[in-house]
Amino acid sequence: MNKLIVSGAPHVHGRENTKRLMLDVIIALMPAVLVSIYFFGLSAIKLVLISVVACVLVEYLIQKFMFKGPLTICDLSAVVTGVLLALNLPVCSPWWMILIGAVVAIGIAKMTFGGLGQNFFNPALVARVVLLVSFPVLMTGAAFHAPESGYLFGNQQTVSTAMDATSGATPLAYVKEQLAKPEVQAQLNNGATIKQVLLDKDPNLSYGQMLWGRIGGSSGEACALALILGFIYLLFRRVIKPHISLSILITVFVFSGILYLADPSRFTDPVFNLLSGGLLLGSFFMATDYVTSPMTPKGMIIFGVGIGILTVLIREFGSYPEGVSFAILIMNATVPLINRSARPKRFAKEAQKK
Amino acid sequence: MKTFFIGGVHPADKKISAEAAIEKLPIPKVAYISMGQHLGAPAEPIVKPGDKVKVGQLIANPKGFVSAPVHSSVSGTVRSIEPVKDIAGNPVMTVVIDVEGDEWMENIDRSDAVISEIKLDQKQLVDKIRECGVVGLGGATFPTAIKLCPPPTAHPTCVIINGAECEPYLTSNYREMIEMPEQLLIGCEILMKALNVKKCYIGIEENKPAAIEKLTSLAGGKHPNIEVVELKRKYPQGGEKQLIDAVIKKKVPSMGLPVDTGAVVQNVATTIAVYNAVQKNMPLFQGIMTVTGDCSKVQRNFLHRVGTPFKEIIDYCGGIPEDAAKIINGGPMMGKAIANLDAPTLKGSSSILYLTEAQTKRHEEGNCIRCAKCVSACPMGLEPYILNKMYRAGDMDGLEDHKIYDCIECGCCQFTCPAYIPLLDSVRLGKAAVMKIMKSRPKK
Repeated sequence: MNKLIVSGAPHVHGRENTKRLMLDVIIALMPAVLVSIYFFGLSAIKLVLISVVACVLVEYLIQKFMFKGPLTICDLSAVVTGVLLALNLPVCSPWWMILIGAVVAIGIAKMTFGGLGQNFFNPALVARVVLLVSFPVLMTGAAFHAPESGYLFGNQQTVSTAMDATSGATPLAYVKEQLAKPEVQAQLNNGATIKQVLLDKDPNLSYGQMLWGRIGGSSGEACALALILGFIYLLFRRVIKPHISLSILITVFVFSGILYLADPSRFTDPVFNLLSGGLLLGSFFMATDYVTSPMTPKGMIIFGVGIGILTVLIREFGSYPEGVSFAILIMNATVPLINRSARPKRFAKEAQKK
Repeated sequence: MKTFFIGGVHPADKKISAEAAIEKLPIPKVAYISMGQHLGAPAEPIVKPGDKVKVGQLIANPKGFVSAPVHSSVSGTVRSIEPVKDIAGNPVMTVVIDVEGDEWMENIDRSDAVISEIKLDQKQLVDKIRECGVVGLGGATFPTAIKLCPPPTAHPTCVIINGAECEPYLTSNYREMIEMPEQLLIGCEILMKALNVKKCYIGIEENKPAAIEKLTSLAGGKHPNIEVVELKRKYPQGGEKQLIDAVIKKKVPSMGLPVDTGAVVQNVATTIAVYNAVQKNMPLFQGIMTVTGDCSKVQRNFLHRVGTPFKEIIDYCGGIPEDAAKIINGGPMMGKAIANLDAPTLKGSSSILYLTEAQTKRHEEGNCIRCAKCVSACPMGLEPYILNKMYRAGDMDGLEDHKIYDCIECGCCQFTCPAYIPLLDSVRLGKAAVMKIMKSRPKK
């Protein structure tokens, strides 16, 4: 006779599992990866490969030789971190910098806390920030390849004369650089807006260009549309809820819109803010990381609004041009608190004591 | 279309036995009639070895308030009264009867005639239902008569009949709705009269359009106070609290009674048992049982006598399928795995469900990735991932703070968990421990 299994209900399981969810995230990141390969060619492939292999390897080595426990690299979570890390790095990052990134992401940000599901901070973002403060030149300056003949590549007809033809910059860094210049300041003091003085002069900083790609930044920031595509896929597959991403975007739009309306000669316009820098990559793929984001819709909105406000504050008032990574990491730290206060809606209230 | 609002999951439908008409199962040679067929104290046998009994004869009296009488499902001689192992392997006092012929009590109306006139008054109805040992057949087997005598502080306003049958595979309620619609509707009228309410809803999930159509058209003329409500297909639509929420948009308070909302919920099978008790004078000693499963050789619905060993039903259907790895009594979400196939069926036994190893084997538990799927799925608004952690850490105060006592054990959390964490195992154990602590506290 067959041996029968006896265990508690439920006796069946849904189709979802960790590996499938991770695979979905990887699929969702593919448009951004493919676009970066299209724009940057071989160096983008190299970046993604080194990053993924390094992340998986670091996880394997730590589990094998330090934890001496079960190997879980097959759950693909290290691959997700690897792809995300690659998308967060400039495309011609040197191999040793990618390796350091992988060690920081997996070794320090993830495994130190106990591995998958235990970390407080998004591993790829921790790596990005560590690299940003450790190698600021490589992470922001000349290392940014220009997408094809974009403005960063020194196409003199389209590039404003103040730009250095060989050193690239993200749109945000470019604006910040320009604002520090006395002649730009003089123009702005005469009542002109940043939009008029800087953005409108450069066709590569038009909204259309920013949406389609061809803007400077880390390899994953090049094309907003590819990111949006991946985001829609994640929503469609019900891997994530839209709450976090949308509340970040709406908050950034509203907050930067208020600042812009208050003083257009000091602040960039809200659409520029939405499309520039790592905002889309961050809000779609980094802030929505399960492990480091809140559990309830209410908590997700608090988290998203917090990220949105911090992002704008850092961008407009801080010394760094880009604020999304910092904003997400800061809000990551508040997640346990948010989970404590933003509890799910209960089915019903307590019965009246009779 | 109506539904409950928080949580829920969508397991595959799998109503493969839906089109199999109800057949009579052969009477067993020996019937094992358990004294623990209901929630509450086991009944006390009033027969002794050597006694002759008939079908429908009272063989055990209820013991205490929450209990129910038990009747013989066969005719024959009492062989012994001894502990017999139930499906989980726990010994339960059981009356063992050697079957001889099939002689029924004379006062049971065995005709097929549908009797619609309700002669008894409110109190007589409740007494009749109690005497006939009717218990809730939706799973909990709570004595029905107690539900029909709500506490004086409660004011029932309607009866809700649970025809959701939201568990995958199960089709016994569906067959009853299709084959005994008139009896069901008269059962509704009896319940309304017993509770002195003027409204009855029958909630049916959308995946049973034939039942919805049949009952709607039949209720239309003769039963103006009975309304058929189409419900969205979502598990656990048939949970008592969820059903009340869906049908009348009222929430059963935490630690409160369903009747606090004014609704009294009864299952379809229970309602037909009520009809049989009141109109046919027939105690509850038989029930509809579905034999099904993707790997099952047969897909059938049977009328079985309570006390038939599961093994006999399985053998009658051609034995255990080759690739069956688990046999479940009940649905795949809340049913119980059968450990002892020699155990007899009970009043509430609704199915023999075969699952293959691929369908049912538990996977190795991974790390919680805090995806919050369990939180989204929980129809009670609990946080199963925290409850699991707290239970494993032995934090009983924390469990109570997190309202573990609200859990209805529907299994949505564990069903949806991508890391294969056995969340409900922890929550079930934690809930039992916390309830025990809460009960042991001196009342203020």
